Amino acid sequence: MTLVEVGAPEAGVAVVRLRRPEALNALNARLMAELREALFALDADDRVGAIVLTGDERAFAAGADIKEMAGLSAVDMEYADHFVDWDALREVRKPIVAAVSGYCLGGGLELAMTCDIIVASETARFGQPEILLGVMPGAGGTQRLTRAVGKSAAMEMVLTGEPISAERARELGLVSRVVAKEALLPEAVRLARTIASRPRLAVRLAKDAINRAFETTLSEGLAYERRNFYFLFASEDQKEGMAAFVEKRPPKFTGR
Amino acid sequence: MAETVLYDVADGVATITLNRPEVLNAMNDEMGAQLLAALRRAERDEAVGALVLTGAGRAFCSGEDMRAQSERLGAREAGRAEAESGLGRILRERYNPIVERIWDCEKPVVAAVNGVAAGAGASLALACDLRIAGPRAGLVLAFVQVGLVPDSGANWFLPRMIGLSRALEIALSGRRVDAEECRELGLFHRVVADEELPASAREAALRLAEGPYSVRLIRRALRFGAGHSLADTLEYEAELQEMAGRTADHLEGMRAFLEKRPAAFTRRPPGA
Repeated sequence: MTLVEVGAPEAGVAVVRLRRPEALNALNARLMAELREALFALDADDRVGAIVLTGDERAFAAGADIKEMAGLSAVDMEYADHFVDWDALREVRKPIVAAVSGYCLGGGLELAMTCDIIVASETARFGQPEILLGVMPGAGGTQRLTRAVGKSAAMEMVLTGEPISAERARELGLVSRVVAKEALLPEAVRLARTIASRPRLAVRLAKDAINRAFETTLSEGLAYERRNFYFLFASEDQKEGMAAFVEKRPPKFTGR
Repeated sequence: MAETVLYDVADGVATITLNRPEVLNAMNDEMGAQLLAALRRAERDEAVGALVLTGAGRAFCSGEDMRAQSERLGAREAGRAEAESGLGRILRERYNPIVERIWDCEKPVVAAVNGVAAGAGASLALACDLRIAGPRAGLVLAFVQVGLVPDSGANWFLPRMIGLSRALEIALSGRRVDAEECRELGLFHRVVADEELPASAREAALRLAEGPYSVRLIRRALRFGAGHSLADTLEYEAELQEMAGRTADHLEGMRAFLEKRPAAFTRRPPGA
């Protein structure tokens, strides 16, 4: 049995579902290895323009697998490159929409933040409770949460370990949308389909440029954006998109 | 030890009875914990479609147990307690989870307001979907009389239900608003004779329990609307309606309407 279920691509969107319900989708090494494999395969699949990553109604993922981690030593983790599969996820070039219901805690939140957009059910709870176990976030929580919500709110969440509601997460900008719980997956898929229907090359370079904003100075980021922008003028989609606009007809994009 | 909260399920309706009649169902830690447990139990129990919340004896709920509070004050005067009053903690740990449980409950909750609902007891009644009351029932936001502030959601519920002006008058005076006035204000949906109250409340709950899945969605939609902008509510409605349209109950409701027969709903979520 696999811990990550990959749905058949439909209208350019594949749904990837975490499936360890008995452990509230706690993220163990095997699950993360499967997830990496699944996402890399979809990244290379021409039928797919965007990916939805979700859990189940009770939990997106309640955290990393604590039992698996409890006995490890610092040296073990260094040699095993413990987070290698986590780190690899940022190399996925296609947009990933995280559809979050229920618990999204610790490693679960870090995984969601590795995605490009978070859509939350009104039942979702977000938190970094590592402090309660005598540690701290280790898969990007201190860096991505701070970039998402700012220093003060990130400090409060990480230092107290207390979770926040979906509504609060939207106020803070951690999630882009909060939807009714029944509508979570349909709305996330609808959003992903909209993105998948856009010219793929432009989507790819735009995602790349936005992510660059978190890595560099404004001047370098602007220069990076400009290069991606000019690059798109070498594409067929740019010629088609602009011609269709001038001729007042719907464009036909090819992704070339 | 006597149960401070009674729990009973019949015909898909869970009745939760506050059971400290000797102190007008004043709330203490134990009753708070049992009430929360009963609410959770009813929410999880698949045989339950709706809840009735009521009180044993003459009162619905007289709010925080003043004896316990006066003991706390005695301790403070004697310098034995820390500088904090403890009321903030009691709200966060005891009352707020109960109010949120009622508010977020997936199933409709009917308050059978059998007698006075005072202080936080009034807030509990206001958190429910429907309030059916006996003739001696009444709401008292007594907080001002003891130098406190309305709590447990009263400041959210009351202005939304009756407008800020009337809410201010009731909260600032701390006066008793009797059953008839509550009915006129729309705070009580119905006032019935004492002996009819249990059956009336049960019947109302049963009707909701037998409704379609959309009963749950309607409650959520209105609650959402009470706290969000028009733009957000329009979007939320579109999501909910899309989902309601996918339920078997919608199809059944349409067919029953066309065939002029009563609908038999299954209350299954969309896609199930």
